[in-house]
Amino acid sequence: MSRSSDEIVYGLKRDYLEKISSGGNRIDGRKFDEYREIKITTNFVTRAEGSADVRLGNTRVLVGVKIEQGEPFPDTPNSGILTTNAELIPMASPTFESGPPNEDSIELARVVDRAIRESKMIDLDKLVITPGEKVWVVFIDIHVLDYDGNLIDASTIGAVSALLEAKVPASKVGQEDFQLPINHIPVMVTMAKIGSNIMVDPSLEEEEVATARISVATDENGDLVAMQKGLSGSLTVEEIFKAVDTSIEIGKDFRKRVFGR
Amino acid sequence: MSMVSNIKLIDENGLRIDGRKFNELRPIKIEVGVLNRADGSAYIEWGGNKIIVAVYGPREAFPKHTQNPSRAIVNARYNMAAFSVDERKRPGPDRRAIEISKIIGEALESAIFVEQYPRTSIDVYIEVLQADAGTRIAGLTAASVALADAGIPMKDMIVGCASGKVDGNIVLDLNKEEDNYGQADVPLAIIPRTQEVVLLQMDGNLTREEFGQAIEMSKKAALFISNLQKEALLAKYSRPEEKEEVKEEEAEQENHGDDNHE
Repeated sequence: MSRSSDEIVYGLKRDYLEKISSGGNRIDGRKFDEYREIKITTNFVTRAEGSADVRLGNTRVLVGVKIEQGEPFPDTPNSGILTTNAELIPMASPTFESGPPNEDSIELARVVDRAIRESKMIDLDKLVITPGEKVWVVFIDIHVLDYDGNLIDASTIGAVSALLEAKVPASKVGQEDFQLPINHIPVMVTMAKIGSNIMVDPSLEEEEVATARISVATDENGDLVAMQKGLSGSLTVEEIFKAVDTSIEIGKDFRKRVFGR
Repeated sequence: MSMVSNIKLIDENGLRIDGRKFNELRPIKIEVGVLNRADGSAYIEWGGNKIIVAVYGPREAFPKHTQNPSRAIVNARYNMAAFSVDERKRPGPDRRAIEISKIIGEALESAIFVEQYPRTSIDVYIEVLQADAGTRIAGLTAASVALADAGIPMKDMIVGCASGKVDGNIVLDLNKEEDNYGQADVPLAIIPRTQEVVLLQMDGNLTREEFGQAIEMSKKAALFISNLQKEALLAKYSRPEEKEEVKEEEAEQENHGDDNHE
């Protein structure tokens, strides 16, 4: 398809989605605050210290957690290390290309990382082997397998699920393996603005026509721990607060229903 | 946000480590047209930040497959000089810089009439020469001015300011120490005319109420900084005009003189 016919189809789609949204509808029949179905299979990759295969509607993301020994950062000698990486592999979408991480995969990894790090989900102070010399490094690797929108939430759900299952392989240093110490559970909720409406968990079709995107992560106290606005459209302050309130509400539900906490 | 504070960031009089009040900005100075080759440029000093921005374009987008037949693409490149921070930064874009470039580009694009320049790119180069917390917002604020200097049509000049939480207080425009040891950071940028938000990030820990305070504080400060942007542009573009006016007056006087002589 040539670029110009792409443009026409895009314009028609955008007009259609904006039109139905003004009547309170979405293209797949969901309500504005309704998520797609979430299915999580943990321990999918038994060779990893923790893993989760997440399906959010037709989006599928596999998150693996590896925990290895490493040197602490000089400014945090008595703290373990958290590192997050995301790969948008060509298998997941005709628009993904192989090669080094691009700005989309870097933003995805950094936003997921922010929710986990800033909520202080992992008790990194308990991941010290020899103070100042050797600590446990927690690697979160996000592998996008099937892209149908909202990678940020699917990846965060996957990362949190995988971390909740993860075991620190302390037997490698002559101690007993132990469950990764967890303090908090962050929940990230991403919303898209189409026309003048904000809807949660945008599908790919919705993402393509959205003008702005906002992701808000909360902890179990209802406090905000991370936020990211995306795309080149704007949001009013009222829309941002609506997004914050929606995230707090959905966070409560998710912690119980999805993570059982 | 992760480091533990051993320093007292707010003193018993409610003043911050650099003597500012909670809602007080650091000094800001903006200069327009500081580079010769660029189509537009600006320099900003914001506290200890020193940032220079160049704009090139609209020019033919390259490589060609990046061209969009219906609008211009906006490429922002945020880059920190190796010597801009205490410990030398390895040159070249790291993951942080790539993310910041992306969100600054998106924010600038929201104000530019991109549909007027199909198949072109508008390139915005933001070089952080000295960093002192709040570089993304300072860079973006200067970038807007540089775009205006380049004559690129925009809805408005976007502008921003960060605020955050320090020793349990919501404060405006964090400095380096507050950024390192504070409890939250919220960079915000708006379109001043409509006060719509075009850039927003947050990390740390804030209640909903604290977040509301932070947004209000940043918004108010952004509107103030918006005036500094306009003043900087006026300072460049009113000077030559005034000179021309003076010349015209002189010419008129000469003419009158001639008339009188006759």
